Amino acid sequence: MEDRSYRKLHWKIVATTLSFSLVPLFVVGFSIYYQFSVSYKAKVMESLRTLTENRANAVDLFLDERVSQLNTLVYTNSIDQLGDERYLTRVFTLLQMRSKSFVDVGIIDAEGNHVAYVGPYQLKGLNYRNEEWFGETMLRGIYISDVFTGFRKFPHFVIAIMRREGEKTWILRATINTDIFEAMVKAAQIGMKGDAFLMNKDNILQTSPRFGGELLGKVGYPIFPKFQGARVEETELGGEEALYGIVWLKDKQWLLVIKEDPLENLTPILRTRVLVIALVLGGVLVIVMGTLLVSNAVVRQLVKTDREKAALDAGLVQSSKMAALGKLAAGIAHEVNNPLAVIKEKVGWMKDLLSEEDVEASENFKEFDDAVKKIDYHVERARKVTHRLLGFARRMEPIQEQVTMNRVIEETVDFLKNEAHYRNIEIRTTLDPDMPTTTSDSSQLQQVFLNILNNAIDAIGKNGVITISTGYDLKNRELSVSIADDGPGIPSEVLGRVFDPFFTTKEVGKGTGLGLSISYSIVEKLGGTIKVASQVGKGTTFSIHLPIVNHATA
Amino acid sequence: MEGFRVLVVDDETDFLETIVKRLRKRKVDAVGLTSGVEALKYLETEHFDVVILDVRMPGLDGIETLKEMKKKRPLMEVIMLTGHASVESGMQGMQLGAFDYVIKPADFDELMEKIRQARERKSIHEEKLRRG
Repeated sequence: MEDRSYRKLHWKIVATTLSFSLVPLFVVGFSIYYQFSVSYKAKVMESLRTLTENRANAVDLFLDERVSQLNTLVYTNSIDQLGDERYLTRVFTLLQMRSKSFVDVGIIDAEGNHVAYVGPYQLKGLNYRNEEWFGETMLRGIYISDVFTGFRKFPHFVIAIMRREGEKTWILRATINTDIFEAMVKAAQIGMKGDAFLMNKDNILQTSPRFGGELLGKVGYPIFPKFQGARVEETELGGEEALYGIVWLKDKQWLLVIKEDPLENLTPILRTRVLVIALVLGGVLVIVMGTLLVSNAVVRQLVKTDREKAALDAGLVQSSKMAALGKLAAGIAHEVNNPLAVIKEKVGWMKDLLSEEDVEASENFKEFDDAVKKIDYHVERARKVTHRLLGFARRMEPIQEQVTMNRVIEETVDFLKNEAHYRNIEIRTTLDPDMPTTTSDSSQLQQVFLNILNNAIDAIGKNGVITISTGYDLKNRELSVSIADDGPGIPSEVLGRVFDPFFTTKEVGKGTGLGLSISYSIVEKLGGTIKVASQVGKGTTFSIHLPIVNHATA
Repeated sequence: MEGFRVLVVDDETDFLETIVKRLRKRKVDAVGLTSGVEALKYLETEHFDVVILDVRMPGLDGIETLKEMKKKRPLMEVIMLTGHASVESGMQGMQLGAFDYVIKPADFDELMEKIRQARERKSIHEEKLRRG
């Protein structure tokens, strides 16, 4: 009953403390992790953006260079010069010195006829009038084609530049090997799963990606409208969750896509997550342990205080009860004493008179004499009872008096003799005759012995032995009294609680659970200790140690 | 034992009568009275060697009576009869000049012994005064 409320309190303290300390811990842990992951992700995104922009710039630069080279060529030479294949060969050699990516170069007139050609293929004489690039170039003046394999079966693209020279309009067309910017783009393929590729506005791949697709294949991405700058997002494209950096090239409607595996990139975040979780769990463990310890200590202290308070209350209740009982007993004893005194005197008077009688004169003399002696004897008995009552009826405040321990024990045993006799319980006393006296309170000690002896008698029930022994130890200046019964003993789980207030193993209404706790507080108040040892089936022994105190007597 | 006077004061008449009878049987000149007030009035005119005085009486109790008696007759010895086992009332009586106290129900022989000792002490005191 009491126990449960303490446990409840214990858990209440634990719960409150934990909620107050764990919540901030979780908040701190989570926010550290969150902040870190946000900033780290931002960093990753930023570096991806930079990378994407750099790559795009590199490709743009490459295209710019080619275009400006060709532009220079077109605007510094006339069609007549370039139409001469020997001259064109010289110029092409110069171009190739600057950049190995040029595969061939050709001059096409306004009708689409190949006028001159330098390169590894036999293309001269072909007519391009119906080709798309031709129309576009004539329209726009400059044209960069998408990548194609064409007749040559290897990927390349074309830059064509138109020049109006007087009435003549002609086009310089150069084929450029895509190897070089394949390499450029591929340089951005990071990690195990990273990818980078170019695609045109219809999502046709312009370079070969590492995974999922081949050159000139279509990618299952949504069609992106044109936008400025680089976009970096963590999304799902073409069925793959990844970090994407996307940028439109400036010179050509090509889209550079750099894909990064978030798992690879975000490893530090995962590591941090693990670390934070470990730290938080460690913190939780420490806090929980600390809380349990503190709460236990608090509850223990509370139990102790409650016990002391209950003992005090019980002591107060008991002492006021005893005081009332004392008054009552004293009153009764006194009232009974008066008639006893009268009877005693009357009997004395009869004795006086009988002593003068002639023995022979009355045949009943002997009977009278006998009756008078018997009355005298029983009055004496009754007087003993009233005097003992008066002895017990003393007030309960601790007093300091010279106490002869053995006599206190004998008086107490005397008081229980009848009860023990009815139940066939033998009370053996082995009292040390040399016991020194001490300053203590005999009636309170009597109460302690009475409590313990009553418990012993109750525990035995019927047929048993209670052994009371006394001894002393001059070195430690203490007296010892041990009261042992051969009853059923106290189970170990109960043994620690026998001094608890309100703890009783007796039937409801039989025991208050205060006897031993009062005894405990009395012995403590008298400066001593009380201990209990018990073995189930063997019996129980209470040992009381009291200091030998002797005030200097004048 | 003859030739000295004992006054017994107790509200319990049966007790009083019997004690007086028993004392007289032993050649003691004994008088019994049932209250403190009565006893004090009686002492105006009479002299006693020893008084046996009950502590608990209605009206004027034993302690009060003792104080008055000691004022009137300082040499007269008083033995307190107490129904209490408490040392206190007896001790109080002793402090107020009672010779001794006996716990009720008293053993008559013990009481007689105390009376004899009290009388002895009184005669010693009187002797001193006479010489002085």
